[in-house]
Amino acid sequence: MRVRKNIATSDEGFLFNPTTGDSFSTNTIGAEIILLMKKDIPTSEVVDTICAKYDVDKELFERDLEEFTLQLKGHSILE
Amino acid sequence: MNTEMKHKIVIAVTALNAIDSPGPGVAVIRAIRECNDFDVRIIGLSYESLEPGLYMHELVDKTYQIPYPTAGTDALLGRLKYIHEKENLELIIPNFDAELFNFIKLREALKKMGIATFMPDLDQFEARDKMKLLDFGKKHGFDVPEDKIIHEFRELIKIEENFEFPLVVKGKFYDAIIANTMEQAEKAYYKIMSKWGLPIIIQEFIKGTEINIAALGDGEGNTISVIPMRKLYITDKGKAWAGITLDDESYIELARKFIKVTKWRGGCELEVMLSNDGKPYIMEVNPRFPAWIYLTAAAGQNQPASLVKMALGQKVKSFTDYEVGKIFVRYAWDLITDIKEFQKIAGNGEL
Repeated sequence: MRVRKNIATSDEGFLFNPTTGDSFSTNTIGAEIILLMKKDIPTSEVVDTICAKYDVDKELFERDLEEFTLQLKGHSILE
Repeated sequence: MNTEMKHKIVIAVTALNAIDSPGPGVAVIRAIRECNDFDVRIIGLSYESLEPGLYMHELVDKTYQIPYPTAGTDALLGRLKYIHEKENLELIIPNFDAELFNFIKLREALKKMGIATFMPDLDQFEARDKMKLLDFGKKHGFDVPEDKIIHEFRELIKIEENFEFPLVVKGKFYDAIIANTMEQAEKAYYKIMSKWGLPIIIQEFIKGTEINIAALGDGEGNTISVIPMRKLYITDKGKAWAGITLDDESYIELARKFIKVTKWRGGCELEVMLSNDGKPYIMEVNPRFPAWIYLTAAAGQNQPASLVKMALGQKVKSFTDYEVGKIFVRYAWDLITDIKEFQKIAGNGEL
């Protein structure tokens, strides 16, 4: 689960793929998750960080994260 | 006080039709004027009295009408001699596909008159012709879609033996229609034939992302500049109304290879379809700058200005960097002029 090296991201959740020219907007949680992913940390650490910060059920978050990850892969944001 | 007058290079430019399906002339002039290395006087060469560029006096100093390409090279040369007497032209930059053949034919005659050009030669020009693209691709190892040139309707009927639907029906100069059924293909055949005549090109449909690449070659196989762009907003005529510069070494390599094998001299545009399995198919090669060429200057590789320098005999180094994510958004603007202006160009062929 690694963000492609050339993907430009902003703290506000704007993503730009310079290879395809596609750009995307995520909400603030999405932006936070992507910034964590950019640190190249294991998925479990992303889950722990978000669950520690927000009042969210761990299992539910893991499911949402998986779906989000699939979307990012589909748009070539993740390797 | 510095009283030294900088010499103005006199450059004639065609394709001032900055309309919804625009010619590149206005964008070429804008890029040239933006270069601080020289001063220019721009002479517009027009075919129609309502080409918007004629009336943009901040860009075009003077315009002369020239004969349509169908009038042939003698008529064109006669008119250019007249214009040259008045303006002392140093360089002509033709920007229309349809006029290039005549200008290439006149290259030596123009050179003798002291007018430089920087265009592909006839072999280069013809090798990338739509009708020969498949052979060109096979010869040089480029991925190009399969096609078949058809000269009569009964050949179309048999097309299902070699092609699957959807397929693309293309005119020899312009227009492309995607046909999903034989009935649609027949309709497209007649529509395009009535507009552009025969033959018609039947081409394999490649599904993917369309990428356009503006490139400039020095005529010796070296690539001076490559800028890949993806259309973000497309008009109903398939023209880019907005686009963004991309960062992908494979597009740049593709353009470099094209320029190397053809020893391309001048500007060109590669229309590429990146298939869903990641293969870059060359769909078409336009033998001149595209209408979005100003984006190359905005991104840091001023291709028209580099062409001017090379045409005038200067050595130009290849660019290496450009800004990725630079966007152009075209807009429509009602330019106001006067009947007197229109009368000058329509009546006297000069403005």
